[in-house]
Amino acid sequence: MNYQFNWSVLWTGQSGGWLWLGVLTTLQIFVLGLALAVILGILSGALRTVPFALLRWLASGYVEFFRNVPLLVWMFFWYFAVPPLLPPVVQDWLFEHGVEFWAGVFALGVYHGARFSEVMRAGIQSIPKTQLEAALSTGLTVAQAYRLIIIPIALRLIIPPATNETLNLLKNSSVALTIGVAELTFQTRQIETYTARALEALVAGTLIYLALCLTISTILAYIESRVAIPGMIAQGQTGEA
Amino acid sequence: MDFQVVTNNFVFLIAQGFLGIGAFTGGTLRLAIPAIVFGFMLGTLVGLARLSPSRWLNWPAKIYVELFRGVPLVMVIFWFWFMIPTLSGKSLPEYSVALTAFVIFEAAYLAEIVRAGIQSVPRGQVEAATATGLAKGQLMRHVILPQALRNMIPALVTQFIVLVKDTSLASIIGYVDLTKAAQIVNNREIRPFEIYLFIAFVYWLLCYSMSRYAKHIERRFSVSHP
Repeated sequence: MNYQFNWSVLWTGQSGGWLWLGVLTTLQIFVLGLALAVILGILSGALRTVPFALLRWLASGYVEFFRNVPLLVWMFFWYFAVPPLLPPVVQDWLFEHGVEFWAGVFALGVYHGARFSEVMRAGIQSIPKTQLEAALSTGLTVAQAYRLIIIPIALRLIIPPATNETLNLLKNSSVALTIGVAELTFQTRQIETYTARALEALVAGTLIYLALCLTISTILAYIESRVAIPGMIAQGQTGEA
Repeated sequence: MDFQVVTNNFVFLIAQGFLGIGAFTGGTLRLAIPAIVFGFMLGTLVGLARLSPSRWLNWPAKIYVELFRGVPLVMVIFWFWFMIPTLSGKSLPEYSVALTAFVIFEAAYLAEIVRAGIQSVPRGQVEAATATGLAKGQLMRHVILPQALRNMIPALVTQFIVLVKDTSLASIIGYVDLTKAAQIVNNREIRPFEIYLFIAFVYWLLCYSMSRYAKHIERRFSVSHP
């Protein structure tokens, strides 16, 4: 190998600024996508365990449909296929505010919502059935029992598998480069295009991703240690990327 | 909505994009199937290395697994796309780059499945096999691996589903898989809704039926393994 590394391309010229913008965009799309995914995941995960067949069926339909199609296809779907179907007012707003960014947020949020849903369902199912029965016998409705008892307990149980999913969401945010979101991987490629220094740019991007993953898992491990219920750990879905 | 566009391009999308039969070297399955086979071979080696008592084996294996699991697949594909020409001085076709990237990336995930599978074999089996006088290699080959493999099958099917979905990312370096074929058709026809919905359905059909199958064998095995 006779490749001459030239690390200075990472801080001379515009490269440093580009990387910084990339990190910011990655974090923005990650946070918004995560918020949407967690909301959808809690809702649909809880609905999949309620004693009403129609609601269970609807929630399962959502999960099985979105989970079994590649994220990239959803990116294209939300970016190319959905905006033309929206009312003109919404379209105008989207085109002024970066339609690719919002398509990316939706693709990530809806896809990972289906995956969070599986984690949530496993968490709820690991709670002994007597909890729900006890809650109902005190006079709570099913909705109240879920809101006040089942969901709060499940959330404390699922942090380990949810950490895995959160990291997957962060890594998958890189897929948004295909629809033109200027996130970290996109900026890494941009540096490569302008400087022709591919390996330096890729090493920088890789190290930033590893650092982000490490930071997020440290934060979530801290939260887990604060809220864990001793003696109970949920077995969620693992091994899926 | 007009699904005529799908029927008009059905052969291109399925034969070229999904199966890989046609003018381009492409195809979702043509990439996914060799990737899982070779990825599993490499993953088994890495998984065994992780369980090895020697630090010279288990540390590199641990670093390998943690590195690839901490980096987005898109990034890994770009690594190989740019690194292979830099290191070897000549560029490889998209198919070779994509296959290399997928084998090496998936091996990190498959290694964890192999490791979990081996660790799921009860300790008593090892002791009993050692007591009958089997050597270490024989013990691994005749006692542990056959049982571990059986325990791994549901997780392996799940990982193959993930891999099939991930192969769509090979389209970003120009590999003509189902997603790229859909892009090509869409550039000509400009009917994104129908075309992307159709390929979503193709992926869904394959992945959903495999996930049902994985659940089925998991249930069957758990009966015989109380």
